[in-house]
Amino acid sequence: MTETSATIGVAPAFGRRDPDARGYYGPYGGRFVPETLVAPIEELEREYFAARKDPEFQRALITLLTDYVGRPTPLHCAERLTAEAGGARIYLKREDLAHTGAHKINNALGQALLASRMGKHRVVAETGAGQHGVATATACAVFGLACEVFMGADDMERQALNVFRMELLGARVRRVEGGSRTLKDAINEAMRDWVTNVHDTYYLLGSVLGPHPYPLMVREFQSVIGREARAQFVKMTGTLPSVVVACVGGGSNAMGIFDAFIDDPEVKLVGVEAGGERIEAGHHAARFAGGSPGVLQGTRSFVLQDKDGNIEPTHSISAGLDYAAVGPEHAWLRETGRAEYAWASDRDALEAFGLLARLEGVLAALESAHAVAHACAIAPRLGREATILVNLSGRGDKDVQSIQRAMA
Amino acid sequence: MSRIAERFSALRTTGRPGLVTYVTAGDPDAARSAMILQALDRAGADILEVGIPFSDPLADGPVIQRASQRALAAGTTLASTLALVGNVRRVIQAPIVLFTYANPVLRYGVEAFVRRAAEVGADGALVLDLPIEEAGGLRERLASAGLDLIFLLSPTTTTERIRKAASLGSGFLYGISRLGVTGARDRLAVGAQELVARIRAITALPVAVGFGISRPEHVAEVGRWADAAVVGSALVNMIERDADSPDLTKNLEGYVQWLKGASAT
Repeated sequence: MTETSATIGVAPAFGRRDPDARGYYGPYGGRFVPETLVAPIEELEREYFAARKDPEFQRALITLLTDYVGRPTPLHCAERLTAEAGGARIYLKREDLAHTGAHKINNALGQALLASRMGKHRVVAETGAGQHGVATATACAVFGLACEVFMGADDMERQALNVFRMELLGARVRRVEGGSRTLKDAINEAMRDWVTNVHDTYYLLGSVLGPHPYPLMVREFQSVIGREARAQFVKMTGTLPSVVVACVGGGSNAMGIFDAFIDDPEVKLVGVEAGGERIEAGHHAARFAGGSPGVLQGTRSFVLQDKDGNIEPTHSISAGLDYAAVGPEHAWLRETGRAEYAWASDRDALEAFGLLARLEGVLAALESAHAVAHACAIAPRLGREATILVNLSGRGDKDVQSIQRAMA
Repeated sequence: MSRIAERFSALRTTGRPGLVTYVTAGDPDAARSAMILQALDRAGADILEVGIPFSDPLADGPVIQRASQRALAAGTTLASTLALVGNVRRVIQAPIVLFTYANPVLRYGVEAFVRRAAEVGADGALVLDLPIEEAGGLRERLASAGLDLIFLLSPTTTTERIRKAASLGSGFLYGISRLGVTGARDRLAVGAQELVARIRAITALPVAVGFGISRPEHVAEVGRWADAAVVGSALVNMIERDADSPDLTKNLEGYVQWLKGASAT
């Protein structure tokens, strides 16, 4: 290998695959919000569509991604993990090496740039694992925006390090005691704040969820992952990967890496959900394994719900995957057969976390460990000629205490 | 003419401002909920909004969030709410509007929901997170069953959207007096009158104003420029406080009469 992946260009893909005018991907998506939010969301849509066409905006974003985030993130061939799994060669797209330690920064900077352009001075956000909260707090520090991050009380306990990081970055972390005290409830509370302070506040949603245009906008800001990874992979191996694997909570890192391969039918796309303890209501977060179409928090997609349409509690060892709905475009990719979805259990993720630490010297986020677990599981079946590209979406420092508890 | 339209037309004839009440179905349980609805009707509520509890009520403040949790814990569902309405319908005079989030309705099935709502004698529906653009299918089915679909309008709503809501909605329009979630406030929002004026310039449909109403002077004030005031969280607060008191229904009746008393002056 004579060239390193750092010579690859950095640029998100804008305007390539828009949903329909009402924000639908097939029967999924849309805009299911209280009336007060309709006009602000229409304004956001107009502003985003104008911004993404504006060369100034694109240039400013690319400069941030390159000089501040440190993109492109490397592509790393995991030799010892490959040998251990015993089959297809496994490559890791190292989003854990992006500034703040996860892919979330790509979207947070993009939307903070948009918020500034729209003249907003205050940002609210939700966070589950805390990675999106840290990324948002960081982006707000860069742009001088006031920042409040809503976080479920349970998540604050299991991700205490990230709470402190957000506070150090100047954000105010708002504890959410309602409902299941996790990501879903943090989104409810962030939306309640937004609907109250809509004139001066920008809602910086962290995944490919929520009302249109969020699923589109977040996917486009994250598409830089797939663009880089595809070019790096071709440069490194001379061909495309056989399979691309990514974990799916809301699904932003997965959409970000899938996007560049959508038009390569020979590349199989696999999203990995949180299987938790077992696939039984209340014990997992695998929406495609135990869910059905429904409307939650502004969008129609696959949702874990009971027979009366109330949202079921979820469980995952990884706070970032512990959510009852999945991004609408994922539901559409699954329905059209373009992507498939599997799950990995808490135990699978913990094992994969350990393997990656000992064999590759990488402490991965528990979220990303779900993707690694699935890659290791399918590698023998695929055989030595095949290749697997895994999106290693974040680093695991934040999870060390949870892992200590789980191993005790 | 629908029962809701008749009620507003009667209000306009007398010149008296109307009072719309909101309570969550099944809060604190089905039996007391039935008694509460009858008490509100006896006290002279002009329209009863009956809330279907949902696990994730993102447009509601803490008071109605807690009511939803109590109702869900008592086993309340969309189906049991429809049954409750069926049970009280023949002893209640006021029109009944089902107040809900989209997901329980979609899960139940829009067609089945409308059929059953008509069977039990409901008069209309309002879906908090179903804006005009998403409401087409429900509206057609409700209209053909003779039920009204009520749209919310907010201070952020554009004139063009008011026009759409006026042409697609029926019964009345529900003006949100302030930005934010549901909840009682000490003072009425200043933007409410302006919103009603913008609605009035476009349509003759009756307008009810809610969010933050808790005192007779609020009702009287709203009555000067709108057809009715909506009181919700203040009633739900009282249900939470007095749930186990033998005076629960008496207190609610007294409160509604107190609110209306001022509106009659």
